[in-house]
Amino acid sequence: MAKDDLSTHLKYVGTRPDRPDGLDKVTGRARYGADIAAAGMLHAAVVRSPHAHARIIKIDTSKAEAVAGVKAVVTRADFPTGLTGEDWNLQENTMAGDKALYDGHAVAAVAATTSLLAKEAAELVEVEYEILPHVTDVDEAIKPDAPVIREGAADASVPEGMPANVVKYMEFGHGDIEAGFAEADLVMENTYKTEATHQGYIEPQACMGQLGKDGKGEMWVSTQGHWYIRKMSAAVLGLEASQLRVTPSEIGGGFGGKTTIFMEPLSLALSKKAGGRPVKIVMSRAEVLRATGPTASASMDVKIGMKKDGTLTAARAEFRMQGGAFPGAPVDMALYCAFAAYKLPNVEHIGYDVLANRPKCAAYRAPGSPMGAFAAESLLDEMCHKLGLDPLEVRKKNAVREGDKSSYGPKFGSIGLIETLDALENHPNMQAPLGPNQGRGIATGYWFNHGGETSVSMAISEDGTAQVSVGTPDIGGSRASIALMTAEALGIPYENVRVNVVETGALGVNEPTHGSRATFASGKAAVESTNQAIAEMCRRAAAEWGIAPEAVEWRDGAAHPAGPNAGDFPPMSIQEIAVKMGETGGPISGHHEGNLDGVGASFGAHAVDVEVDPETGRTTILRYLVVQDAGRAIHPAYVEGQYQGGAVQGIGWALNEEYIYDDKGRLQNPVFLDYRIPVASDLPMIDTVIVEVPNPGHPYGVRGVGETGITPPLPALANAIQNAVGVRMRDLPMSPVKVLAAIKAQNG
Amino acid sequence: MSKIHVQTIVNRDPVEFLADPRETLLDCLRDHLGLTGSKEGCGTGDCGACSVTVDGTLISSCLMLGVEAGGKSIETIEGMAQGEDLHPLQRKFIEHAAFQCGYCTPGILVAAKNLLEKNPSPTETEVRYWLAGNLCRCTGYDKIIRAVMDAAEEMRGAA
Ligand code: FES
Ligand code: FES
Repeated sequence: MAKDDLSTHLKYVGTRPDRPDGLDKVTGRARYGADIAAAGMLHAAVVRSPHAHARIIKIDTSKAEAVAGVKAVVTRADFPTGLTGEDWNLQENTMAGDKALYDGHAVAAVAATTSLLAKEAAELVEVEYEILPHVTDVDEAIKPDAPVIREGAADASVPEGMPANVVKYMEFGHGDIEAGFAEADLVMENTYKTEATHQGYIEPQACMGQLGKDGKGEMWVSTQGHWYIRKMSAAVLGLEASQLRVTPSEIGGGFGGKTTIFMEPLSLALSKKAGGRPVKIVMSRAEVLRATGPTASASMDVKIGMKKDGTLTAARAEFRMQGGAFPGAPVDMALYCAFAAYKLPNVEHIGYDVLANRPKCAAYRAPGSPMGAFAAESLLDEMCHKLGLDPLEVRKKNAVREGDKSSYGPKFGSIGLIETLDALENHPNMQAPLGPNQGRGIATGYWFNHGGETSVSMAISEDGTAQVSVGTPDIGGSRASIALMTAEALGIPYENVRVNVVETGALGVNEPTHGSRATFASGKAAVESTNQAIAEMCRRAAAEWGIAPEAVEWRDGAAHPAGPNAGDFPPMSIQEIAVKMGETGGPISGHHEGNLDGVGASFGAHAVDVEVDPETGRTTILRYLVVQDAGRAIHPAYVEGQYQGGAVQGIGWALNEEYIYDDKGRLQNPVFLDYRIPVASDLPMIDTVIVEVPNPGHPYGVRGVGETGITPPLPALANAIQNAVGVRMRDLPMSPVKVLAAIKAQNG
Repeated sequence: MSKIHVQTIVNRDPVEFLADPRETLLDCLRDHLGLTGSKEGCGTGDCGACSVTVDGTLISSCLMLGVEAGGKSIETIEGMAQGEDLHPLQRKFIEHAAFQCGYCTPGILVAAKNLLEKNPSPTETEVRYWLAGNLCRCTGYDKIIRAVMDAAEEMRGAA
């Protein structure tokens, strides 16, 4: 698809109409997880371990059970045994078994007639612990003498003799790494660290579950993917997924953190024990921070070889990441993304997934990519400094193009990195003058994007409008973009398409809204479904006209006779066809499902100007620019929103956000006051440029836009700070205290 | 704990409810009055998702007890539109795509309305500082600030 032959014909795609769920969301009518109530509903509270690592000797629930109004108490004894693999991990994380594995790990749950009562009763659950030595830092956890989180947790990838907390090991690359370094004029190697951060969605996890004696249940959940919630909750409780019907609420942010289960199965377990009454669980912010999703923390060694002219000759990355007390740190993704922007003849990657006494990590926007970029893009910049090279020129010189072999193996299809870097270079922000203690930093970022399991249906209504049923919850305007694509394909106004996010009973399996897939995959399936309905409408028109269906073509929302022998009939509009579809053959609909491929990867490049106060170490952002290849922006305002939101999450990660543990392994900052995400007064406007190099694997060229934006800010800010005040920060967050210490050390 | 009878005005209507003395105003609005538009994001006064006004003062309703609401006049997101007519801020938030998930939106709209009542022509910096107590994790604030500035301009024009 050449860049412009489609875009000049597009009528709805690329416009910025009001989102269909806008009215509900500005009036307070939209119903999120905690907004549900049902007859007979109980409220639950969860008892959590105050210890980072402790053997559970005994749990006495009798006092809690004796409270009038308490209807059920559950512990791990109420769960089935014999689970293996990730099912066991999920179950163990939902409710501790022999040991509490992190501060905040659930050990019991109570359901009562009011939430105040449930909280009171939870305090009466007596748990006897034997405190064990703990470890929360990844470099400590990988030491041979570190406290062992769980014997036998390593998978087959881990070679004999590695420390016990290493549960996954990987090694991959190509070329001859030593020969590559030998060719270089400069070889540099450094270690970089990133702390864990939380997705920080403003809506805490919330659900209501109901499970009867017959094993049939229903759930209402704030989630990015209700089929995942269904499958995981069923596995943890020993049920068949088919016996659960899960309805997604509106979702108050997820960023990957709501693609998995935490307390959701507890609502079902409590409901069953309470005679099938619905049970609602709403997490507190402290529970969210202590026990749900953060991302992994990382310690990363990177080595790069560069010629005097900036050509990269070789690169090596060795990453250690902890994702809590369970396997699953995104070390593989971090390694795939680290050097993805560059042509590298010789490259080596080594990764360790390490257990530690922290909550089980969940996906967070481009999982792994920000860490990898922080290490690789920081070192690259340090080398440009050393050789006196322009960091943008060096990036352009080494940038990957279509057909290049990627650093992690596969060949790139159509990509827009060069176009992205060019757009960055040409933006006025790059010419803005800088004063004392001010500096500019640039960096790139990468995400694969994702297709995955998708099932979508659409139906034509009698009035000639269209209803689309999708299974991907709308976190940021995907109803609008799917409606735009459907309207475009059908040739009817955007307002005449209604997109519904439907429950698990209404479609086949859908993966969550994750990996930047909702607009790509549900959109692609919606267009395929629409094409089926169009074909049927053409058949109906053909039958009425008495001509062959092939002699009918669909255009501007109507069937037209086409071709030499089609005859001269006036066009038959969608309304005319729809109003009598009952007599001409019944409902007209379309359906598409599959494991969708055709995904197009997305590169971004950011430029940030900062001023660092040498007295306090505080970094102020003066200007921020996000440039990213969207493939095509279906609803540009929401594409910009993804760029801006991703960038600001990256800014928070770079400058402020971190998990702080005390010497007992207890999280010290489980409130928003101390886990400080960026606020409006911290920021300037976030400038955006949408590059459009269409993805040939999507009917409208969509790549997916959600993930990449979080990645470049981490290195871009480190690079800007060096340019402002000369210090190189290799340990996140670059909080005022740390930057000030570095400035002082530099000044001797 | 025995409950206390509270009579107050919410969105210009007289209401009454029975509150446990430990329940916050946010709990009472949501659980006793069915006004679930105000959200809980933190329960500690740090996120602003629960913003309402009490006698014209912007507060975090998670930090006020329900029993303290007696005899006051409370405005929540549910009272912002006049019948079918959206407040200019509500329209501008939709028009500018000033929310993604929408969870912070009720609190931000209530806070922004309170700002514009006090200061009809705020600068960008004033808007940013006024809304610094309202966390949004989705948008990076850019479109929120633009929507507020645009609504202020329109309201000035209409006044
Ligand atoms: S819920 Fe009240 S400020 Fe966050
Ligand atoms: S739009 Fe999601 S938190 Fe603001």
